[in-house]
Amino acid sequence: MAQTALPVQRSTPLYERSKLWSWITTVDHKRIGILYFVTSLCFFLVGGALALMIRTQLAVPNNTFLSGDTYNQVFTMHGTIMIFLVVMPLNSAFFNYFIPLQIGARDVAFPRLNAFSYWMYLFGALLMTSSFLIREAPNTGWFAYANLTNDLYSPGRNVDFYMMGLQVLGISSIGSALNFFVTIVNMRAPGMRMMRIPLFTWMVLITSVLMLLAFPSLTVGLILLMFDRYFGTNFFAVGAGGDPVLWQHLFWIFGHPEVYILILPAFGIASEILPVFARKPLFGYPFMVYSGISIGILAFGVWAHHMFATGLGTVPISVFATTTMLIAIPTGVKVFNWLGTLWGGSITLTTSMLYGIGFVAMFTIGGISGVMHASVPIDYWQTDTYFVVAHFHYVLFGGAIFAAFGAIYYWFPKMFGRMMNERLGKIQFWLTLIGFNVTFFPMHLLGIDGMPRRIFTYSDAAGWATWNLVETIGAFTLGVSVLLLLFNMLSSARAGQLAPNDPWDARTLEWAIPSPPPAHNFDRIPVVHSRDAFWEEKQRKDAGEPPIHDRHPFNLGSIHMPPPSIVPIVAALGLALAATGMIFLVWPVTILGGALVIISLFGWSLEPNF
Amino acid sequence: MQHAEEHHRTATGLSHNKIMMWAFLASDCMFFGSLIMTFMIYRDRSVNGPFPQDVLNIPYTSVSAAVLLLSSLMMVLALAAIQRGKVREFRVWLIATAAMGCLFLGGQFFEFSDFYHKGLTLKSNLFGSSFFVLTGFHGTHVGIGIIWLLSLVVMSFRGDITKENAEKVEIAGLYWHFVDIVWIIIFTFVYLIPY
Repeated sequence: MAQTALPVQRSTPLYERSKLWSWITTVDHKRIGILYFVTSLCFFLVGGALALMIRTQLAVPNNTFLSGDTYNQVFTMHGTIMIFLVVMPLNSAFFNYFIPLQIGARDVAFPRLNAFSYWMYLFGALLMTSSFLIREAPNTGWFAYANLTNDLYSPGRNVDFYMMGLQVLGISSIGSALNFFVTIVNMRAPGMRMMRIPLFTWMVLITSVLMLLAFPSLTVGLILLMFDRYFGTNFFAVGAGGDPVLWQHLFWIFGHPEVYILILPAFGIASEILPVFARKPLFGYPFMVYSGISIGILAFGVWAHHMFATGLGTVPISVFATTTMLIAIPTGVKVFNWLGTLWGGSITLTTSMLYGIGFVAMFTIGGISGVMHASVPIDYWQTDTYFVVAHFHYVLFGGAIFAAFGAIYYWFPKMFGRMMNERLGKIQFWLTLIGFNVTFFPMHLLGIDGMPRRIFTYSDAAGWATWNLVETIGAFTLGVSVLLLLFNMLSSARAGQLAPNDPWDARTLEWAIPSPPPAHNFDRIPVVHSRDAFWEEKQRKDAGEPPIHDRHPFNLGSIHMPPPSIVPIVAALGLALAATGMIFLVWPVTILGGALVIISLFGWSLEPNF
Repeated sequence: MQHAEEHHRTATGLSHNKIMMWAFLASDCMFFGSLIMTFMIYRDRSVNGPFPQDVLNIPYTSVSAAVLLLSSLMMVLALAAIQRGKVREFRVWLIATAAMGCLFLGGQFFEFSDFYHKGLTLKSNLFGSSFFVLTGFHGTHVGIGIIWLLSLVVMSFRGDITKENAEKVEIAGLYWHFVDIVWIIIFTFVYLIPY
């Protein structure tokens, strides 16, 4: 990957000499974005392999490929990895790389915190997945319901890996959320008012707010669980008056906003891709903003729709059913606005556009099944069946992952300076679309037929064998398509056609600078006069008007970029060590980790040049 | 993080650090909110004693609440002093703030050991679990605040706290006031609402 020489960036001789050291100490948002990108794709392969193991086990009735216990670990980790180690970090890769570029900034508000968030993600991810090595991976579902998770029913370390891994990842996410919130609010280029920022940036802002407000609920739930397991408290102890349903409330008050955290960035990505390849502005930009904000607010009002079958009482579940139906409205607004963007546009079906359109279609299907669950009587039938599995894979794979794939094809040239292979890309798209639908559509049918979730096998007599086999074939097709995507990325990064600044004739500021951008991003910070700032500048140039006047004289020597720092990785290491010590109840390790954190916090605040 | 040629320009006119502290406090609100909600749900559900009415001493805890509230006043005075460039005065008020924070924590320790001797522990019942986890995390926040304030005092001896960077103190003050407000809420829900 080409990396231009850094102008006046203060660096140490070691930074110049050692590539590894330069990556370990980087605080450059673009490099951190690439770290997130590569790491999340590696975990995508892990999560995908787990999916294939599930599908192999379920391909035929009474299969013995996986035991029940192993199956529990496999499906728990499949979900946990895909949500926390793949979709969130992959989204984060794009936040990191592109938010500063889209708002005309040189980096994020807190570069070291940014690096810290990445290292926390990596260490948390390694911590949680290392549980496979001792065959004690989390095995109580990604939602870890009490009381199955207490020390009586889960005496092994599985739940401890889950608790500590998620706490570490939670800190990573909160750090990121704080960073992007301040960056978007405070570092926009002159003239870039809030209603002029790209819609992707808007969605990231809302996502950041959701992260800040939703994660603490999970943190508290995990703390209560930890105290029950380690210190004998009674939070979920029924005999002492505790209520396991409290866990469900705390988890889902986090968990529902979490799924909007997963999908809002995808909404933003689609809202970037569709206008570019329809050569039309996004239809109804203000409504896209307001609907995004509405979704963010309503997200906190629907959580108990995950709990309809827990006996909450008629009044609460009616309220939650209503709010859940309500949230479909702003979502529907977005779908119609995407259609309105396409309507009358001059459409080019590049691979990223195919994924953008595919996203709208597949997400809508997932949304329809979701609205069905909103009805309590229907949910009583569908809950805990494969109908729900179909729903969330349509919105998470058909939604978040399709958008992420679209983002890859769209933004790869900017990140790596090379074009991906379009022909291979189109084949890969169709293979993905077909494989995806073959895998997940039949799950609607199986769910209606009553096939429960989370079972490791089923009998011949159930009549589910045929569809299950079909789904497994679909899953392996998906596996092939993912490998094709990886192949396309790797071969293009090495030998793809060199990418110009603006290969797509796009609309937003990241396309105004070279591919990949220099370390300082913009030679001159742009002054912005409208939405789609870069498109507007191009129109002015075409019309023979002088370029947008910039306030600052061009003087590369006056640009001061934040220097690299070892502190973030040390702080992250300390926290990860502390968490590891807690899992194995080896207090010296925890204390050592804690000490490392305290030392690095002082190092952080006293480091010069920041 | 400053850029020389942009003269510390921010889109809102506020510093990054200040906005981040407010955003962090919003998040911390949700954290304490969840703990308080847990306490409230479990308020009347303890199967065995000691029960709240057996151990809680409102007059005693009112005093320690007042101490914490007074410490917020000290914090305001410290900020006012450094904003006028009065480093020595700032130091006095900040040490007073930290001292009152320590007094509060001391009061907590004393109170908790009294409860312990009456049989209230993390494990004894739901009240013990939810009370100690809630107040324990609050106390931890106070402790972190005290370390932060004392670090500022040490920095001021090295001349690193001035009228120009008084915002550092303001941001610490935001955190300190937040911790105080959380205690007011905890005191209301745990102690004042009758059982």
